[in-house]
Amino acid sequence: MSDVYVVGVDMIKFMKAGTGPAVQKLGAQAALMALDDAGLKIQQMEALYCGNLYQANAMVGQRILQEIGQTGIPVVNTSNACATGATAFREAWMAVKAGVYDLVLAVGVEQMSAGLLGGGGGAKGIPKEGLLGSATMPAVFAEAGMEHARKYGTTFEQFAKVSVKNHHHSTMNPKAMYQIETPLEQVMNAEMIAYPNTKLMCSVNVDGSAAAVLASEKKAKELGLMKRAVRVKASVLTSDPWQERDLVMPDVNTCTRNAAKKAYEMAGVGAKDLNLVELHDCFATAEILHYENLGLCGDGEAGKLIDEGAVALGGRIPVNVSGGLLSKGHPLGATGIANIYEVSTHLRGEAGKRQVPNARLGLTHVIGLGSACAIHVLERVA
Amino acid sequence: MADKKPLPAVDFLKIPESGEPYLEGHQCKSCGAVFLGERTVCSKCGTRDQMAAKRLSTRGALYVYSIVHRSFPGVEVPYISAVVDLEGGGTVKGNLIGIDPDPEKIRLGMPVDVVFKDALGRKDREGNAYLSYFFQPRKA
Repeated sequence: MSDVYVVGVDMIKFMKAGTGPAVQKLGAQAALMALDDAGLKIQQMEALYCGNLYQANAMVGQRILQEIGQTGIPVVNTSNACATGATAFREAWMAVKAGVYDLVLAVGVEQMSAGLLGGGGGAKGIPKEGLLGSATMPAVFAEAGMEHARKYGTTFEQFAKVSVKNHHHSTMNPKAMYQIETPLEQVMNAEMIAYPNTKLMCSVNVDGSAAAVLASEKKAKELGLMKRAVRVKASVLTSDPWQERDLVMPDVNTCTRNAAKKAYEMAGVGAKDLNLVELHDCFATAEILHYENLGLCGDGEAGKLIDEGAVALGGRIPVNVSGGLLSKGHPLGATGIANIYEVSTHLRGEAGKRQVPNARLGLTHVIGLGSACAIHVLERVA
Repeated sequence: MADKKPLPAVDFLKIPESGEPYLEGHQCKSCGAVFLGERTVCSKCGTRDQMAAKRLSTRGALYVYSIVHRSFPGVEVPYISAVVDLEGGGTVKGNLIGIDPDPEKIRLGMPVDVVFKDALGRKDREGNAYLSYFFQPRKA
């Protein structure tokens, strides 16, 4: 089977939730940017894979084609919680890998609204939020972080340091929603949302889109696109296996560990070979868990990893140099492709001030709560 | 209306004609996994039609928690969202009451009891009152 390459990839600058244009126009922007990045036209695309969550029943992919070129190609619309964009990318990868198509487009797009996610509850009886604990995302991920604290003594300060780091990184990313430094005291003293997550430790709801053009090796060579191409070394999707507490406490760990193991096997590499990682920091507490889940350090060493600065730009294994979901922003359906844009940009040596020097190998990770985990391992070609 | 029996806040809270309310789990006779709510297939081992109702313990231990300061309109904050492992199997999520919402005071692993009280005055559209469950620190 042919290797599959990213030959064009881009994202729009993420913007405040609810300020973007209609979803199809938002998605069309990134789609056109990715086509331009590859120097290709929509007429050359053989299929479109579109990730969008909040309008999953509304044919967003087809509506994007109505904006940029209705060529009649097959469109697949995907929805997989916060793994939606990565799932669209993976479907595109699989189609090329299988030899069905040589050149396809993947788009992730989301229009968001401000405020708390989760905890809506059912229509039956009485509202359960605040009666049977909390189903809001900040609380759910706070509890996931407390599980780590319970096992290893991880502190509020260590969780907060994740936000300090990611906000710092985003000051070097012009496409991030925010470019502001947030010192430790500011993060820890920000409004408490769900202990231990303060407001600055929660991802930012934004409108955004990202897109990628994927090609078979034959097509990439034929089009003369290998110089800036990025090889997809692994693409893995998992769901959450049964756990004794998962009825009340969604497990984001096991599906990540399972996906990481498969991804490293598929790519023929280990965590130690990675030059950078974009992982799912939907909350500061979550990032700590995934250092261990992805094998960036041993179990129980995540607190030390953040304390020592190993995961900051310039450290042993920089994590979320884009600013992450915490500061770049988290447009749910676009996030999985925006991460691929970030890693690809470093592998191409085009990341400007935040460039990870000599980056050859990177990993992207997203979690859709409920749960789905998608991991991609990307490698520089030239 | 005053003496009308309250309804259970969730399906797995049982209110018998006589005796104390309790939480009901369903246990797989094949692998022992415990679920909240009725089901016919075990999602741990896949065995069908081997589920048996099980009265869950009112004794448990605090597994993890979060102190919720921001919620939806009408929800009183702060409160403690807690995940509790019950003795003999079953994990339940609910509010931890009877202790300050202060991380200095709440101890992971602390013993708690399941108690049954009115559902914070919440009523449905027909005006029915509900009975819910809460966790409170076990008195020594």
